[in-house]
Amino acid sequence: MTSASFQVPASEDTAEPLLELHFTACADRLKLIRDSIRATARMCGFDDGTAQSIVLAVDEACQNIIVHGYGERGEGVVILGLYRCDAGILVRLRDFAPRVDPAKVKPRALNDIRPGKLGSHFMSAIMDTVEFRPGPEGKGNLLEMTKHTGEPQ
Amino acid sequence: MSKSGTKSGKPQQEPSVVHLAGSVDLEHAPGVRKMLLDAVALGRNVLVDLSAASYIDSSGIACLIEALQKARSAGSDLGLVAVSIQAMRVLELARLDMVFPIHDDIAAATAAGA
Repeated sequence: MTSASFQVPASEDTAEPLLELHFTACADRLKLIRDSIRATARMCGFDDGTAQSIVLAVDEACQNIIVHGYGERGEGVVILGLYRCDAGILVRLRDFAPRVDPAKVKPRALNDIRPGKLGSHFMSAIMDTVEFRPGPEGKGNLLEMTKHTGEPQ
Repeated sequence: MSKSGTKSGKPQQEPSVVHLAGSVDLEHAPGVRKMLLDAVALGRNVLVDLSAASYIDSSGIACLIEALQKARSAGSDLGLVAVSIQAMRVLELARLDMVFPIHDDIAAATAAGA
């Protein structure tokens, strides 16, 4: 495990850190984090259905790290940070896998019915913003996603 | 799946029924895929009961799409029955609710010729 952790991004300097989880990038850990994401989304003011959708978006982002990020290189570390911000929830996912080219993380056309490539669609359809960045100090990747409650703050 | 699925089929042309329960996710996708493809290989129509599927993600959806395509290329079909609210939300998000035949229950699917 790494000792790395997040700093609240400058653009979200009012964001309140609610949860930070470090987990090994393997499929059997995802169930462990889903309940925490759901509960945190509810704490940020989302209804059950939207909270469940946020769970799906974050779960899909984690799957991308497991399958495409670390992939055959084996298990790596993922750090999930959840923040309550004025507009809703901010999700930060950090990994230490090779740099991802955001241009290659594109969903397939939905009328192109075939297995796979739906995770990115779910992320962009559910969340209001999805942004891939290089990891701090040039190591790994940092994914930031936000979802707004739509309620006046 | 947090619980293993079960598969049952009867002779003649009654559909094979696959029950998926719990989490149909990345962890369980290999087993789900095998179960679905085994059912398709029987050569009958396949009905997938999702009433107890508490969670489904893109990995689970990919298994369903692959099985659907293999079924149709073999001259049979694959339908979904008793789709849970969570699973239906995901299918709608992927606009697959217009691709899979969806039935309220096994009886309705059978009556519809599935």
